[in-house]
Amino acid sequence: MALLEVKNLEVKFPLRQGELTALRDVSFSLDRGERLGIVGESGAGKSVAAFAILNLVSRPGYISGGKILFEGRDLAGLSRSELRTIRGNRINMIFQDPMMTLNPVLTIGTQMIECLRAHRRITPAAARQLAIEKLRAVSIPSPEARIDQYPHELSGGMRQRVVIAIALLTDPSVIIADEPTTALDVTIQAEIMELLLELCEHNNVALILITHDLGVVSQVTQRAIVMYAGRIVEEGATRRIIDSARHPYTQGLINALPERTRPGQRLNQIPGVMPSLMDIPQGCAFHPRCQLRIDACQQQLPAYSGSEHARVACLRVDEQERAQ
Amino acid sequence: MSSQAVAAEKSAAEELLRVEGLSREFPLTSGLLEQLRFEGGKLVRRQESVRAVNGVDLQVRRGEALCVVGESGCGKSTLARVVMGLIRPTAGSVRFEGTRIDNLSAEKLLPFRRKMQMIFQNPYASLNPRMTVKQTLEEPVRFHSPGIGRAALGDKVNDVMRSVGVDPGWNERFPHEFSGGQRQRISIARALMTDPEFIVADEPISALDVSIQAQVLNLLMEAQEQRGLTYLFITHDLSVVEHFGTRVAVMYLGALCELAITGQLFSRPRHPYTQALLSAIPRLDQERPSHMKLMGEVPTPINLPSGCFFHPRCVHAQDRCRHELPKLFDSGDGTLVACHAVQEGRLD
Amino acid sequence: MRYWRLFRKSAFLYRFRKDKVAVASFSVLMLLVVMSFSAPLIAPYDPYDPVQIDIMDSDIPPSWQAEGDTRFALGTDAQGRDMWSTMLYGTRLSITIGLFAVLLQSLLGIALGLVAGYFGGRIDSFLMRLADIQLSFSTLMVAIVVLAVFQASFGTELYNELALFMLILVIGIAEWPQYARTVRASVLAEKRKEYVDAVRVIGLNRRRIMFRHILPNTLSPILVISTVQVANAIMSEAALSFLGLGMPVNQPSLGSLINSGFEFILSGSWWITTFPALLLVVLVLVINLLGDWMRDVLNPKLYKE
Repeated sequence: MALLEVKNLEVKFPLRQGELTALRDVSFSLDRGERLGIVGESGAGKSVAAFAILNLVSRPGYISGGKILFEGRDLAGLSRSELRTIRGNRINMIFQDPMMTLNPVLTIGTQMIECLRAHRRITPAAARQLAIEKLRAVSIPSPEARIDQYPHELSGGMRQRVVIAIALLTDPSVIIADEPTTALDVTIQAEIMELLLELCEHNNVALILITHDLGVVSQVTQRAIVMYAGRIVEEGATRRIIDSARHPYTQGLINALPERTRPGQRLNQIPGVMPSLMDIPQGCAFHPRCQLRIDACQQQLPAYSGSEHARVACLRVDEQERAQ
Repeated sequence: MSSQAVAAEKSAAEELLRVEGLSREFPLTSGLLEQLRFEGGKLVRRQESVRAVNGVDLQVRRGEALCVVGESGCGKSTLARVVMGLIRPTAGSVRFEGTRIDNLSAEKLLPFRRKMQMIFQNPYASLNPRMTVKQTLEEPVRFHSPGIGRAALGDKVNDVMRSVGVDPGWNERFPHEFSGGQRQRISIARALMTDPEFIVADEPISALDVSIQAQVLNLLMEAQEQRGLTYLFITHDLSVVEHFGTRVAVMYLGALCELAITGQLFSRPRHPYTQALLSAIPRLDQERPSHMKLMGEVPTPINLPSGCFFHPRCVHAQDRCRHELPKLFDSGDGTLVACHAVQEGRLD
Repeated sequence: MRYWRLFRKSAFLYRFRKDKVAVASFSVLMLLVVMSFSAPLIAPYDPYDPVQIDIMDSDIPPSWQAEGDTRFALGTDAQGRDMWSTMLYGTRLSITIGLFAVLLQSLLGIALGLVAGYFGGRIDSFLMRLADIQLSFSTLMVAIVVLAVFQASFGTELYNELALFMLILVIGIAEWPQYARTVRASVLAEKRKEYVDAVRVIGLNRRRIMFRHILPNTLSPILVISTVQVANAIMSEAALSFLGLGMPVNQPSLGSLINSGFEFILSGSWWITTFPALLLVVLVLVINLLGDWMRDVLNPKLYKE
């Protein structure tokens, strides 16, 4: 049994122009200790998907269909207090902005101890000891002193380390990281990513990494999901997707990167822009930008082909692959 | 020889912009009361300031794209703004086609304004939300050539809009009706309206999505070819630099570490900081993060380290690095490096 | 036309239609404005015309009371003026004073706030300290002193003639810091945005940048405080008139009507004070409700107080 299983998840936002479907028919699963990347551009629904797992879709959005099974239990059917034993305890989240997690008026020690005592029966002294240990685990120098500092006394990279330490406090089975290094500088980003990867491997924690950066996905994850306009268009082993993507959108995304073109040459751009979720085109949402489109793409929503962990939603995929 | 190297050689003769000894400090304490402090039992007046740019020497050659790379707080945006005359330097000079422009009055600067334009980072803040695309695009032309006729102006707006890939039929719309990528195109169009020779682009694609970044980058390259533009391109994204830049200048804490032709910089980085920066780019072919570890953290530009600004994080640092600020020197093949270790041959 | 098209499909209009309180407030306000400004047409009597006033008609209670007179629906005041007509004319005066005082406030405040925010430095410090000093005196205190001195030195007759302008002037000048502060705050926010740098790169001069580019983008908070300030100005005027420093008895505003009836309230003529007071409350309430709604829709962060 998979650790986390998302089945046919659908999220809607009622707006004045009508109801907007932010996620359509999103299904994926995550095994113990596995690292999954969710890739997409802004507005593709990757963050909504992550928030939906923890039932944290921002209002007025709501989960309008589907199931989220964690260790076989449906999270939607749980009471608030039951949900609390999972959220922040078994499944933790790391946001792009560390200040989403950290309270600016409390020392990091206070916050870590509070967080521990909310989920465990533990004395304050033992909690403090554990907090210091976790800070050491994320390579924060002199954690005994740092634990009594306020978030604003730390640099951006240090804050994100603290957030990772907090996420690890309760020994979760899943960490969801939403663009955890996007706000950081390249050198810091590399350090944080390496740290996150090592900690997940070492503690056998499953990771869902949400990012727009294919390079990071390639470095950290084993399996990847590509999203476009609220729907999964491709899923597969990360290496396979990067080396031989099957969906035209994934191919376009990878080929558009500067490192895929010789210096000084024009980049391989995908024409057009991702449609707004308000007016997703009929049929395949990517068809207006797709160079392989046929008439059928305009009417027919492509079904997934392939196996559970290696699937693609494109009508042309078979022809394309036969041609190769 | 790569196309970049050819371009670099061709343009070596003609220099468009020269920056010499440029520094800019921003005072942190404004009032007299804030400057007073008790130190050792005595009341002293102390002015603290952020040293954003520290003695930068740079030349931009006609027709090239000079990329300035660095992490946040390294002073690259301040450099861009000083070059554009939006901020005055505290020391040093900026020359455009041989004329010193950093100390000119607003009036005397006008002829240069026409030739130098700027593209900004945030497409959501760089267009006036209360003006239509047409008004935004017409303004610079109306201002610089007041005699222009209505029809000629309308044609010009349509031409430029078409050249940046925005339908001229949309010129009555307001910025909020466009996507981020389209706004950045309009922003580029505004910069092109006065037919400039030189464009400073401050992180023009950082706020955009991956697939849109490629579109805008292509547009900038097209404009460069068609109009013979020269770019000063400010960015933190090294993979873009590798693709786009003719030459690259690497900045750390307001000073230049290394200045080289793009191909050379990427194949053989000299400065330890450049090496670390390059190793940190996440590449598609990597299965694990692999990067050179740096010691410590970036110091704030308020309390700059003595000697080489990079020495507290550098594994090659020696006594000399702690006391003496390294100067840029030619390391042989035209690459300029500011590092004692490289100069002494301690480091390749 | 372009702006109308934008307005029609704007979120502003949509949220207005959805908000029942806003729609109701707006309807009531419009009703009051239209009625008071067409007072010469719809009022049964002209309270400014001595020929139409008969002292014998004084103190008649509203028509539904036993001693009421069908000619005077809401009764008459101590001088025999029809309450309904007088209130219509009075509302017109109150709204006029409110609008013009706010116009004056905003002209002063926007100009000074814009200069302070855009130029910064010493000018900014000077103007903002001036605003602080002015704010440390309450509007009413300043107005009372100025008006009382004027009345004492130039005589009541001249004062009565100029009362309308004096009130507009005093209320207008006393409250400019509210505008100046709001405008300065949003100028500071706008000034940092890249579109301002973009026009500086073009080479536009400061005046043009200030008025053509920055000012239009500070309009939303200005609109919000303007509504609230109209209500405040009407209240200030009513308070001054109530204290006998406002509009003279022969040109009554709502405040002076309340004042003139106040001495009779214990002798049983409650209607002279009550009706204008109710009208004043309704008028100020709907304006404030609209202002609150607008603040929520337009700019939840910039407006303080």
